[in-house]
Amino acid sequence: MKCLEEGSLIKRVNYKSTGAIKNRMEQQTHITLPKGSIEKTTTTLNIGPTHPATHGVFQNIMEVDGERVVSTEQTVGYIHRAFEKLAERRPLYQITPITDRLNYCSSPINNMGWHITCERFLKLDLPKRVDYLRVIIMELARISDHLICNSIVGVDTGAYTGFLYVMQYRELIYEIYEEVCGSRLTTNIGRIGGFERNFTNTAFTKLEKFLNEYPKVLKEFENLFARNRIFMERTKGTGGISAERAMNYGFTGPNLRAAGVDYDVRVQQPYSSYQDFDFKVPVGTTGDNYDRFLVRNAEMYESISIIKQAYQKIQEFKGTDAEVYHADVPEYYLPKKEDVYTKMEALIWHFKIIMGEIDLPKGQIYSAVEGGNGELGFYLISDGGRTPFRLHFRRPCFIYYQAFEELIKGGMLSDAVVTMSSLNLIAGELDA
Amino acid sequence: MALSNETIQNKLIEKFGDQVLNFSTASGILSFESSKEINLKVLQYLYEEPSLAFTFLTDLCGVNYPDNVGAELVVVYHLHNFSENIRLRYSISTSVNETAVFTASKLFESANWMERETYDFFGINFVGHPNLKRILNVDEMDYFPLRKEYPLEDQTRIDKDDEMFGRG
Repeated sequence: MKCLEEGSLIKRVNYKSTGAIKNRMEQQTHITLPKGSIEKTTTTLNIGPTHPATHGVFQNIMEVDGERVVSTEQTVGYIHRAFEKLAERRPLYQITPITDRLNYCSSPINNMGWHITCERFLKLDLPKRVDYLRVIIMELARISDHLICNSIVGVDTGAYTGFLYVMQYRELIYEIYEEVCGSRLTTNIGRIGGFERNFTNTAFTKLEKFLNEYPKVLKEFENLFARNRIFMERTKGTGGISAERAMNYGFTGPNLRAAGVDYDVRVQQPYSSYQDFDFKVPVGTTGDNYDRFLVRNAEMYESISIIKQAYQKIQEFKGTDAEVYHADVPEYYLPKKEDVYTKMEALIWHFKIIMGEIDLPKGQIYSAVEGGNGELGFYLISDGGRTPFRLHFRRPCFIYYQAFEELIKGGMLSDAVVTMSSLNLIAGELDA
Repeated sequence: MALSNETIQNKLIEKFGDQVLNFSTASGILSFESSKEINLKVLQYLYEEPSLAFTFLTDLCGVNYPDNVGAELVVVYHLHNFSENIRLRYSISTSVNETAVFTASKLFESANWMERETYDFFGINFVGHPNLKRILNVDEMDYFPLRKEYPLEDQTRIDKDDEMFGRG
């Protein structure tokens, strides 16, 4: 028997077999394992970048002791698209499609957040009807966002039915988007100053259908999970975080509210006339997966109530007020196509906007909206050019994902999967 | 007692004297600057002083001003006091040749990744950071892409020039 080489840890067995197998065994004597890998009692497990248990592009390098998670390192950046650099060379209206691609489960909120940032920066006043129309779209987007998150938590705990059942109502929401802006997922909805077109009757009919049918479906969905023994055992007490730690980690949105902090941008810094609406801010206590589920669930009911109030307010507009869907800001709002062909002034504005010939004022602004996952902030710095000098997106996902290790440490591997989906991590928002 | 921007400004001046400067208010948010050496002291004071209690770090990001010689890189902190519902913007600047800045990650866990992102894009070296490496870009990169000197467009293209963007 040949002497083992220094550093080779696999012992050669005197294998009584012939030919090919023996040759392969011979070759294996030269494999060198990393130092310490035999003595080690934990296993390194690589989950992702693509994995059925992660909904999106996430990589986690986990150390597991049996099924317990000892530590993990999250790797992000697989779909980084340099949005902040791109935005430095685009006029304001061309940045809207970029914001679609942040949290693509609720892109209308991102679009509106960006328009509101621009309007605050340019000091534009919007008619109330536009604000209310925006509120309808944003709350629909919030419902579709929470709907996906909660039903995916169901999928990861073994209940696929709820997911498929509520999906048809996300479809209905997307049909409303389609009616308003022509697209479904990456919506590019609205313009600086309002909407590009008025809501059609079909849009309102679909909205009424949604308001009539969805609450019942949501109740059924809730019944499927909220007091379900299996679901509760899987989610209660897993992935929990205290309010102090959650704040220190920069949590916002439903995840922070589940930990017991009633911070909601819609209440604290109202935008788009949210102060005109009456709604509750649901909070949890333990910040675990179950509380996150319940908070999102309760928020969907609040969103339905907000949409109803907004729809009622819209119906109260009479005469010409009932036709208003954008502010009168010719410097930023594209004129109608038929006017461009027939009127000199409209042609001039059209040309100036499209060529990006309108200089921005100097200054900086931080403006935030309540996105599906929390405070979606836009930090805009202008040096008086036609494009932002610097634009930074405060992406809630990116900030709270760093707490993932603390949330799952010491728990079971299968709970880590549920924790990941109940945080509602969206890869597009993580990587910008 | 409602906390106002003037109160914050007075408290900061009382504590740090002329080390905190350039107070201004834009869209309701008070902003100020200081030298980069005292950034941790300022952040800690804002965090721990009970009447200020800026315990939430909303955002941390970098900005590059290539024309400000000696202060080309800026780190901007957005802080938030939830109970008083008031925001604050604090910035420090550093030279592009000497990019060391103290890390805020000991005070705010949320600063950890935001500082890594700022390092990744601007090359600001956060001293004392537990794990300062690139986060969104690949590790092999040898430049900092959000600095203004790094071109967005392919330099061989002649159909696009900066004149179209108002800074020719």
